[in-house]
Amino acid sequence: MRTLTRLSHSPDTARGGESAADQRPNQRNQGDAPLARETVAPQGGANNARAHESATKHVTGRAAYIDDIAPPTGVVHVAVGLSPVAYGRLTRLDLDEVRRAPGVVDVICLADVPGHTDIGPVFPGDPIFVDETISYLGQCLFAVAAESHRAARLAVKQATVEIDERPASLDPVAAAEREEFVRPTHVHERGDWQGALEAAPHVLEGTQFVGGQEHFYLEGQACLAVPSEDEGVMVYTSNQHPSETQKLVAEVLGIPFHAVTMEMRRMGGGFGGKETQASPWACIAALIARRTGRAAKVRLPRAEDSRATGKRHPFHNRYRLGFDDQGVLAGGDIRLIGDCGYSPDLSEAIVDRAMFHADNAYSLGDARVTGQRARTHTASNTAFRGFGGPQGMMIIERAMDDIARHLGEDPLTIRRRNLYRAQRPDAAPRDITHYGQRVEQLTLLHELIARLEQSSDYWTRRREITAFNAQSPIIKKGLALTPVKFGISFTAQHLNQAGALLHVYTDGSVLINHGGTEMGQGLHTKVCQVVARELGLDLERVRISATRTDKVPNTSPTAASSGADLNGQAARDAASKLRERLFDFAAEHFERDAGGLDRETMRLEGGELIAGLGEAETRLPWGELVQAAYIGRISLSEKGFYATPLIHYDRATGRGRPFYYYAFGAAVSEVEVDTLSGEYRVSRADILHDVGDSLNPAIDIGQIEGGFIQGMGWLTSEELVWNEAGRLVSDGPATYKIPAFGDLPETFNVELLQGHPNSQASIYRSKAVGEPPFMLAISVWSALRDALASLTDYRVSPALDTPATPERVLMAAEALRRERTTADAEHDESPDHAPA
Amino acid sequence: MIDFSLNGRRQRCGDVSADTSVLELLRDRLGQTGTKEGCASGDCGACTVAIGEPGDDAGPDYHNVNACLTPAHQLDGCHLITVEGLADGKTLHPAQAAMVDCHASQCGFCTPGIVMSLFTLYEQQRRDQAPPLTQQRLESALGGNLCRCTGYRPIRDAALSMADYPAVAAIPSEHVVLDDASDDATAAHYAVPRHLAALRALKAERPQARLVAGATDLWLETTQQLKALDDLIDVRRVAELNVIEETDAGWWIGGAVTLARLTPLLAEPYPAFEHLMHRFASSQIRHRATLGGNIANASPIGDTPPVLLALDARLRLDGPRGARELALSDFFLDYRKTALAEDEFIAAIFLPRPASGANLKVWKLSKRREDDISAVLGAFAWTLDKGVLRDVRLAFGGMAAIPRRAPGAEAALEGHAPDGEAFAAARTALAEELSPMGDVRGSAEYRRIAAGNLLERLRLMIAADATTTDAVHSTTQVTLDAHAH
Repeated sequence: MRTLTRLSHSPDTARGGESAADQRPNQRNQGDAPLARETVAPQGGANNARAHESATKHVTGRAAYIDDIAPPTGVVHVAVGLSPVAYGRLTRLDLDEVRRAPGVVDVICLADVPGHTDIGPVFPGDPIFVDETISYLGQCLFAVAAESHRAARLAVKQATVEIDERPASLDPVAAAEREEFVRPTHVHERGDWQGALEAAPHVLEGTQFVGGQEHFYLEGQACLAVPSEDEGVMVYTSNQHPSETQKLVAEVLGIPFHAVTMEMRRMGGGFGGKETQASPWACIAALIARRTGRAAKVRLPRAEDSRATGKRHPFHNRYRLGFDDQGVLAGGDIRLIGDCGYSPDLSEAIVDRAMFHADNAYSLGDARVTGQRARTHTASNTAFRGFGGPQGMMIIERAMDDIARHLGEDPLTIRRRNLYRAQRPDAAPRDITHYGQRVEQLTLLHELIARLEQSSDYWTRRREITAFNAQSPIIKKGLALTPVKFGISFTAQHLNQAGALLHVYTDGSVLINHGGTEMGQGLHTKVCQVVARELGLDLERVRISATRTDKVPNTSPTAASSGADLNGQAARDAASKLRERLFDFAAEHFERDAGGLDRETMRLEGGELIAGLGEAETRLPWGELVQAAYIGRISLSEKGFYATPLIHYDRATGRGRPFYYYAFGAAVSEVEVDTLSGEYRVSRADILHDVGDSLNPAIDIGQIEGGFIQGMGWLTSEELVWNEAGRLVSDGPATYKIPAFGDLPETFNVELLQGHPNSQASIYRSKAVGEPPFMLAISVWSALRDALASLTDYRVSPALDTPATPERVLMAAEALRRERTTADAEHDESPDHAPA
Repeated sequence: MIDFSLNGRRQRCGDVSADTSVLELLRDRLGQTGTKEGCASGDCGACTVAIGEPGDDAGPDYHNVNACLTPAHQLDGCHLITVEGLADGKTLHPAQAAMVDCHASQCGFCTPGIVMSLFTLYEQQRRDQAPPLTQQRLESALGGNLCRCTGYRPIRDAALSMADYPAVAAIPSEHVVLDDASDDATAAHYAVPRHLAALRALKAERPQARLVAGATDLWLETTQQLKALDDLIDVRRVAELNVIEETDAGWWIGGAVTLARLTPLLAEPYPAFEHLMHRFASSQIRHRATLGGNIANASPIGDTPPVLLALDARLRLDGPRGARELALSDFFLDYRKTALAEDEFIAAIFLPRPASGANLKVWKLSKRREDDISAVLGAFAWTLDKGVLRDVRLAFGGMAAIPRRAPGAEAALEGHAPDGEAFAAARTALAEELSPMGDVRGSAEYRRIAAGNLLERLRLMIAADATTTDAVHSTTQVTLDAHAH
């Protein structure tokens, strides 16, 4: 499938057919010409391009989020008191005035927690309320419940807080030097990397800072806890990991897990920010609900949400790599320091994933990759689309550009030469990663890049851009193609499991539940499609309800792009088991006189059971089959389960096969940079991405486009700024700028790679799509560097930390101009300088 | 009592506190939860609703606004449309149907706001001899609606395809007439004067009362800082403050004229100013915010003050003690400190007509092109007389505690040819007279370099203009902005 949004000069070319002309990449739209839309209809699996199951509810305002649920009578509203300093000792917390404030119903702090007080998700380290040590500005000190949201927030201001403030540690590199880590350092080592460096004809090194990212889910953290008639609670939560929150709520209350039920219908965005970061609020709401006997609602105002919750890890990366005259890597050393904030949270796995992706799509040769987890006094950084992978990839993409400039080659040439490729018997293997996993589908990425090069006219545009830059002193254009190879599976092996619960009712309608959560990614739509396909039904007959821990227990987070892979398989397992049971029943039950239906040829298609072939074919409507099965006392309910095969990873040796498979893609971005102001725009992006055999091309395209733009925001305009005291000053959309409508490239061609089903037996040979496209946006950053490099005739590979704001781009341009002036001066003074 | 129409049905709400927003009224009081709160600061657009002010015979003129920053009391006499009110039974409005068909919602939380911005665009498109949907128009209409999931491509497609659906009738509304019986309706702590005299009297009586017009900045005090706003005088309906008066010398623009109303007026005399307005916050804000408010707010990074300084604008201040005129350059005293007395208000702003041969360039630098606050804004006016620069006025935002001109740099250019030497001197003078601060929007060093580079851009542009004949356009591009004037 291809969507092609055409911005053409002439409205009468709108809605054309699928002629060859329509498939050609577009010319940029200039000036005030009217626009026309042209989204090419899905090709191939057109029937699968179904709308999001909630689309109509979204556009009519009927889709309910946590704060939209009509709460039970007597609901109290909860606000939290956050630490005003980043590091220190809490010497006094006087909440008397808070209790006396108008409308206040309850006030709680650490002493009021009956059960566990540490709610660290994997490793301990996250106190629900501060005990004595304050570890970041925004850490939760206490909570207030009041009759209204505003009353609770006003009451918070009445607290007397005294803190013995200490200098906060905010520099992760300095923290790493002092060995202040939240988890031990981990190393991948392959071959004699030191020898490779020594023997290499060329060695380059470089460092980079890769900034973090605020999730900026449009719906902030929110939950509603309702006390149950026994000792438990029912919690409605905006949450990617209900089972973990269920556990933590139960532990905080000191009650068994079965007394706590989570319900999660949909999130207004998650992106990783509601994997562990949704739990504290649920725990607090549950505590207050149990203490007051009233329903309790927490919803964080945007600025508090920004300060209290973790973000994408900022990284400080360094490489030292050796390569030959062709730019092919021989080996080297890469070090990644993740800024984890104050506690482990998920940082062990996140920095691991950064390490697993420090090669991106390239064979590093003999290499060492070291991952460090620095502790700083900021919120505990957490999962965010890509989970460290993007930060790891950034260093090798930097190196690819640097090598190209060093050798005077086009960066694409260097990238292609370094791609994983088939092993030649006489040479060192170039198909095995630095952690020992063999890369499958080896030719896929070569083919994908070749096609994209052609469809995006890469080389023609390269020549045009070089010519343009030669005559344009201020405005410079840049172009870059970067690939993505992203490993799919949770690296924590046990999480790679899923369950589903399928009910068929006697009218033939089907209800499916599974452990995954819907955050907009279309997971529920895809799972319904799987069930409909297994049962041969129209999608309209299959419905999904909220994710609930009392329907499917002990679930994994909806994360690691795994939602459809795992839950789709579990749903398929349930549906196929039920189908087989119905077949057994039907074979017995129907047409007994004629010797029964033929079990072997039985199938469900188009809302019918079909048995036999040709003239002997018998058809029975689904509704009748279901009704007969019910009367025949056959269970119409089934559970499904799935565990990903093959994967393993030994952390002691740093080797294994952590990923079931890889997803691939590539993007070409073109930018225009104003080197006087640092302003820039992405004028065109072309993407070709591998999703195997797509489950739903429309949804997959949406994930690719949305991931690309979100990644572009991460690398360009989204700048987290802390002041010297450790206060996040970019704490809302006025100061933290995610991409807006006008940042969409005017020409944006997105295509799914056809003809490459997953080589592994994933659900219908599809591939995960949530995270991989995010990293396609590295092409934007590389294109910005390309434009800047033109200031030195492509001799210098400019440093460009991220986010590459207009400020950073301008500063880079100024530095290059200074360098050029100095170089020219030296050149002129050189005694052996001879005029050409 | 707030008397308005909600999705076509008359709605009367009594006992609404002065600081209640439309969003709070909808969600907390009326149980209409389709409209979402994303930030409560007017920056994300999730709460976008459409407000129809009584217009001509063609029906109400709908604007998209942020419900989180709109005082509920300002609904009086208006028609409010929310996402719940668009569909006709099971038939979706074209703005909704196009969103579904283009797969333009993912998590769905921003969707109601986007649908409402599309709805107002749809209404605009069918009212006028609709201008075509250009990229600039779409950015202007949708730049204030953030979406974190889709990347906007399908939303762009939805905007472009709305017109392909069967046309729908305007949403009928029970007629609501503003209560004009008492000339100046005054709710407790929320006064709504209709005439200048009444406003003067209120200011005499309650000088400490806060003035509210668009509320786009004032309302942050309640949503973000939880400050009480319990004594407000609403100037939006003061007739004299809504007048635009054209004279031979220029235009007197009433202090309560919204930026959206002002913008078309600027197109002919000051295209660079008009162009800037499309990057001033968002459509939602521009339909609420006023020129008077942007000046009185006295932010060092407000977008219009530097332009008005470069144009030598004047103010008419008014109050119980009478009116006075003041040059805008005498208005800003220090950080957020102005010449406005406690009982005074800005009655009108005078925008001079451009002199023959006068030029104006306005350049705004920000992290994001749309809906962002300036790191640096430069507004430059000059005349080129026989190869020599005259009437040079260089004004900057973001470069000092107040928006201000750069007299040293101006002097370095005045009377000189626009050559490298003069501009180098201007740049040196600029660095000496302006010492910006660093903040979340940019470091001091960046601001300093960028401001100097804007002078270089100016030099290049003047040079390019000089070499451009009717037949031959200069090939040297000095700005990315295809629409720059």
